[in-house]
Formats: sequence, structure tokens, C-alpha cells
Amino acid sequence: MRQLILIAALVFVGEFTPAYGKTDHYEAVVAEPFLELHTGPGRGFPVFHVVDRGEQIDVVKRRTDWFQVRTSKGVLGWVKLEQMADTLDTAGKPTALDDPTADDYVGRRWELGLQLGDLDGASVISLYGGYHFTRNLSTELRVGDISGDFSSGWMATADIVHQPFPEWRVSPYAALGTGVIHIEPSATLVQTEDRTDQVGHVGLGLRMYVSRRFMFRGEYNSYLTFTSRDDNEELDEWKAGFAFFF
Amino acid sequence: MESGLRVLLLTGLAAAATGCSLFGRDDPPMEDAGASAPVISPEVERRPIKTPKIDTEDFEITAYYGLISVEDFGSNSIYGVRAAYHVTESLFLEGTYAFPSEVDRSSVEVLSNINLLGSDRDYSYYDLAVGWNLLPGEVFIGRNHAFNSALYVVGGAGNTSFAGDELFTLTFGAGYRVLATDAIALHFDVRDHLFDNDVTGEDKTTHNIEFNLGLSWFF
Repeated sequence: MRQLILIAALVFVGEFTPAYGKTDHYEAVVAEPFLELHTGPGRGFPVFHVVDRGEQIDVVKRRTDWFQVRTSKGVLGWVKLEQMADTLDTAGKPTALDDPTADDYVGRRWELGLQLGDLDGASVISLYGGYHFTRNLSTELRVGDISGDFSSGWMATADIVHQPFPEWRVSPYAALGTGVIHIEPSATLVQTEDRTDQVGHVGLGLRMYVSRRFMFRGEYNSYLTFTSRDDNEELDEWKAGFAFFF
Repeated sequence: MESGLRVLLLTGLAAAATGCSLFGRDDPPMEDAGASAPVISPEVERRPIKTPKIDTEDFEITAYYGLISVEDFGSNSIYGVRAAYHVTESLFLEGTYAFPSEVDRSSVEVLSNINLLGSDRDYSYYDLAVGWNLLPGEVFIGRNHAFNSALYVVGGAGNTSFAGDELFTLTFGAGYRVLATDAIALHFDVRDHLFDNDVTGEDKTTHNIEFNLGLSWFF
């Protein structure tokens, strides 16, 4: 009876423990005369081992453009993307690697970016996420943190962005959006009340594809704040920053 | 009469043409016409190119603890978290958040026994920065151990929450990263946080230098 329980327990545990012996790594075969293994994932790290043509390697992981591989003899090292792309898979087909290019940039779906700038004399840090419906049309959610000498606050808007020439390396776009702005006067000033107002804006900007997943972005926005006071307020914003797509 | 002749000629021509074409059709144009029919029909299957699932480790998360010298308010311990995305072997983006920690009393407060900040003595910040692995390399500990390392520089901007205010802050610094394993690294960082502040009565730019030690994990 005890043995039965033990067997049952072993089977049960076996079900749920990861199979350590089994490799789920991608296996590749060296197709060029040799494959160089570096000691680290970056420029300058020396080559300490070479794998000959026809030998099989296990790809353990990837960091940026470097692949950590394990040879059949158990040697661990890092291989450059360019060399990794020259290997074949176990079925004899070239290894397909995710290497973002300008084409992927044009057909991108998601975008995340960070911008710094000036909003009517106050500094603004803004973070945005965008989703591209088509190559031309996207929607963006932006959150900005505003800090000025006399007041600070935040702003959140939802935008529709149109990019008429998405395939250009430097490409203009126009944005239209609405959201909320919250302003708190500085603590060292005489007490005035915080306020939250609705805001609408139009913007013009430029995107520049840098390389890989990276792009540069600079833009101008004109905000109209719908205040509960007599006058609506107009704010100008200039900002620039980086973004990447995935 | 003339038209009859024409019809006759045309009929003859048509017959000849048809005959030709018929003849042509009967007669195989090439001797080995049978061989041109494929013996084995190639089964060319269009296979979708599938990028193999390789574990990418471009993200890094760090917990750190250190000392920050808040201008006029002494040296204070500080701790926080940092997340980085490594875009290339050289370039990375990072976001840092330091949890609120209480600052010391300034010399003015101690000497004249006053409290400039009231109950609001907490200092915290966040920033978003771009980093560059300036000097990648290896460090050797003893005869048998080599660890990958990098000296990097960072620059960015963020916001400091101090004395009841939100203060726009520029951050510059450098750090040293040693990878204990392929996924775990030790960091030593020095950062300068610059912001304008009027807590002491006059508006001035303050430098707040921070040293910290961090432990990070790549995933």
C-alpha cells in the first residue's frame, strides 16, 4: 500500500515538475565554415571558441543582438546576430531571426515613447502608448507630468494621429485629441485652489526612424483648456523624445 | 462567278488550314512529349517562416539602496526600483522610482530650532533616462573567475517630490555593472539630481548627489 502511494506520489510530482533533462531550446546547425563564440554579449568581448560546420548548437537565450549558445561539448558562449542568421535549423532551413527593419517600422502596431518639453514655461515629461489601426492612422494615450515654478500637475489625453506618408524616414503627422488637465499651485504660494479642466488640442509633429525599434519624435501641440472661469486658456507645448515600436 | 471562285479558293484555303492544324495537332511537336509531363509532381508547400521561440532577456529590473545628499538637508538613506530595457548592446532606457524617505534637519533648522518643512519631510523621485554602455569589459576575480561588466553613463529627466512640491529634475550619472551570472547583476551607481527649489527662501538650483548599490535581474 505504501509503495502504491509512493508510486502515485512520484507520478503526480512527475506531472508537475519541469522536465529538466528535456531541452526546449532552439537547436541550430552551423552552416558556415565556423561559428565564433564570444565571452560576452557585446562589442569587444573576445572570441574564445569556434564551432565547426555541421555541428549542432543549442540556443539558450538572446540579449539584444547576441545569442547565448551551448555547443555539444557543453561550451557556453555568445554569438552575434549576423553569424546566427547564417546557421540552419535541424530541418536544414535558414534560422529565421527577429531582426526589426524599416519595413517592420512601417507596418508596426504598437508604439511606446517618452518625451520631454515645455508647456507654456513649465517643464513637461510625457509618456505615451500608441496603437496603429492602419499605416496612416493610429490612436494614442498620453500622460504628462507638468512641473513649473508656480504650479504643477498632470495631463492625460487620448488622441487620433494621422501620418500621411508613413514610409518616409522623416515623416510628418497631425494629431487631434482631448483629455483632462489638473493644475495645483505651488505649495510656497498663497493658497489657491487646485483645478481640473477639460482640454482639447491639435498638434503637428515629425517622426524619424533611427534604427531597429527606435524612432525619434518631436512635436508641437496647441491646447485649449475649457475652464469654468470667464476665459478659456490657451497653452503651447513643444516636446521631443524617443519611442520604440513592437 | 468571281465571287464563286473566291468562295472556292477560300474553302480550299480553309480546308488546308484546318488540315494543317489537324495534322499539326496529331503529330507531336517533340519526340519526348511524354517526358515533359512530370513524372513526380513536386509538392511545393509554402511554409510560413516561423521565428523560433528564443528566450529574450532584454529587460532588467533592479532594487537598490543608497545614500542621497539632499542639499541643505543632510545625507539620507534612499531605496528604490529601476526597470531597464536594453535596446542594443550599447543603448538602454530606464525608469527609476525612489520610495519616499524622510530627510534630516538642515543646519538652519537645528541652530534656530525651527521646522522649515513642517510635517512634509519626505523625499522621493522618479526619472526616465537613456543609458549608454560606455566601457564594456570583463573583471577577473582570482585566477579562475571572469565576470562581464560595463561602465555606463545615464542622463534623463524626472520629477522630485519634496517639501510639498513637485520639482522638475534633471538626472545625470554613471554606473558600474558586474554580471554575477548571465541573469543577475550588481550595480554601483552615482547620480546627480538637479532641481530648482525655494525651500530655504531663495530660488536656487540644487545638486543632490546619490550613491547606491543595486541588485538586478535580466528577464
